[in-house]
Amino acid sequence: MTDTAHDLVADGIEQLLAEVSTPRRVREMEEGHGAAAPWRAVQESGFADALVPEARGGAGLGLAGALPIVLACGRHALALPLAHTLVVRAVVASAGEAWPEGPATFARAAASEGGGLICQRVPFGRVAEWVLVDRAGAALLLPARAARVTTTRMRGSLEADLRWDAIPSDGTRIAGDPPLRDLGALLHAGLLAGAMERILALTVAHANDRAQFGKSIGKFQAIQQQLAVMAEQVFASRMAARIGFAGAALVPGHLQVAVAKARTSEAAAQVTAIAHAVQGAMGITEEGDLQLYTRRLHEWRIADGAERHWNQVIGEALLAERGGRFAALVRDRLSPLQG
Amino acid sequence: MLDTLSLTRIPTEDEALRAPVRAFLEETLADRSPESLARSWMAFDGEFSRALAARGWVGITFPKEYGGGGRSAFARFVLAEELLAVGAPLSAHWIADRQSGPLILKYGTEAQKRFYVPRICRGEAFFCIGMSEPEAGSDLASVKTRAERTPAGWRVSGQKVWTTNAQRCDYMIALVRTSGSAADRQKGLSQLVVDLKRPGVTVRPIKDLAGDAHFSEVFLEDVELGEDALVGAEGAGWEQVTAELAFERSGPERLYSSVVLVDAWLAALRAGARRSAAAAATLGRMASHLAVLREMSLSITEKLTRHESPVLEASLVKDLGTELEQGIPVALADLVAEAPDEPIPAPLLGALAYTLQMAPSFSLRGGTREILRGIIARGLGLR
Repeated sequence: MTDTAHDLVADGIEQLLAEVSTPRRVREMEEGHGAAAPWRAVQESGFADALVPEARGGAGLGLAGALPIVLACGRHALALPLAHTLVVRAVVASAGEAWPEGPATFARAAASEGGGLICQRVPFGRVAEWVLVDRAGAALLLPARAARVTTTRMRGSLEADLRWDAIPSDGTRIAGDPPLRDLGALLHAGLLAGAMERILALTVAHANDRAQFGKSIGKFQAIQQQLAVMAEQVFASRMAARIGFAGAALVPGHLQVAVAKARTSEAAAQVTAIAHAVQGAMGITEEGDLQLYTRRLHEWRIADGAERHWNQVIGEALLAERGGRFAALVRDRLSPLQG
Repeated sequence: MLDTLSLTRIPTEDEALRAPVRAFLEETLADRSPESLARSWMAFDGEFSRALAARGWVGITFPKEYGGGGRSAFARFVLAEELLAVGAPLSAHWIADRQSGPLILKYGTEAQKRFYVPRICRGEAFFCIGMSEPEAGSDLASVKTRAERTPAGWRVSGQKVWTTNAQRCDYMIALVRTSGSAADRQKGLSQLVVDLKRPGVTVRPIKDLAGDAHFSEVFLEDVELGEDALVGAEGAGWEQVTAELAFERSGPERLYSSVVLVDAWLAALRAGARRSAAAAATLGRMASHLAVLREMSLSITEKLTRHESPVLEASLVKDLGTELEQGIPVALADLVAEAPDEPIPAPLLGALAYTLQMAPSFSLRGGTREILRGIIARGLGLR
């Protein structure tokens, strides 16, 4: 994709989400209402078909082309599973099936009881209409309305546990064994990078606005040094997301996903801490917008494995190499643009 | 500011440089210990630098008409990456290759380019940087070393300090005051090439905590220099130094200072040392950080090929890079002591001890962490 096409996608999704995913709307949707109109706007915009191959009627953007959409979902704390719908539609369409119109997500089956299925901590499980369930390597597209939905313990979270007592008869078996764990980790890396951009902007604005001792707190070196550290983490996270989302294919590189999720998850902890330190007591109020983003950082860091899990994946892969210098291993195994 | 770094692919012809450089290094450095190689671009070895020069690997980006390789910044990135990956002793030619040469090419007269650049490319002119002074460290604008006009050129008096390998170099590009006083700050500063063999120049090496003497004090007492010692415009020293520091801060050497130690550790693991889950996670963390920083550094290199001066991005990558470099010996010290009764191989311990002791310098040289973070904060729109 050309830079111009990339910019068009980025500008378009930014404009759309700035309108439909304002902090007020996000709060409403977290409380369980007002999701229909925003989803209609998203659906009509066509962005949800970005990853569907052109031959199947989508935009065929590929992962790198879709990154601006995922970043924007994070930046606007969108309380709808647009990022996950991108993947579900692409996977379903690539398997030759018709994709559903509504908001969709995907998750792993934790256990089967009798003839039923349980999925724990399903991302956007409260607002998704369809769930692509990864059950022991086989993917099954199920309607969420047939499931019992239990919210998780994090306030305002859109995650939910879903339980189907019996596998619904209108479920669709999806062929092709899509790498849903990697795709989930990748999406969460992109969402994290996007949300951290917004947190940096909010925190810099706060530091310039808030005055103490007769001047804005952003003039104090102690604050400046912390914000510089935050900017570094945000900058690195954006690059890590690019590494994971590199390429035109639908299947990301396993170790590139590991880099993306490990690096953004690690950054999330530090960015959250600094943002709250700088924004003070105002930052931990319901009224302040910061919590809309930092709550998500905690959740997305944990989702699909945090930094220790993915760093270990990378470490094991490099330890399995019998030779080669560290610098060469990093370049040959982790660089996204080899060959 | 956050939109500015994208993924960059190294052109095939530059990537092709890797194999011959690697083959040369394997042959040349085979018998050196990890402890010695851990010194990397702080270690001075004129013979090694001249051997590189003979292959066209010094001044690889300089124009061919001045004896350079005429290659892109990507070629230098690949070359630097291979040299740094093994800890090649680069100090003799590194400063000239990285910043003095580019400085002369950008601001120098035709005569200066014809005189210095071919010598740099042949490994016959080694440079050091005369910026810091006893009273001017991070506050570089307060330099007091003064150059006065004489009928023949310039007379320089003052003192520089922390000058890397001045005792072994041929020339120092010094930041000096040519008008006004220290109170004038950035105004009235200029850059002069000081021939370190001139009368009045005294170099006194300073021993570091690892027992090496890589840096030194340089005393300048009425040193007479010709008219042609001035590089660039009189009074433009501050702008020139700022541009020079962007070169200094943007290279891959801000990522790789501890990789010789990592390789010594990997060698021990491959020879049968304990492979715990913590070891895998630590290796993975070092690798994921390096992978991201390398892409950021490559993206900055791409900007250099378009003649941009990415000062802000370079500061950011240097600060993050040195944090990784400093974190590596700390993490590995913890891991090699995971099982207290298991022996630590001598080459690993040697590299570990050296890197642990010198790691604080990684975030001092080329601008301290605190100064870099100030630059980043300014870029964010604070102040």
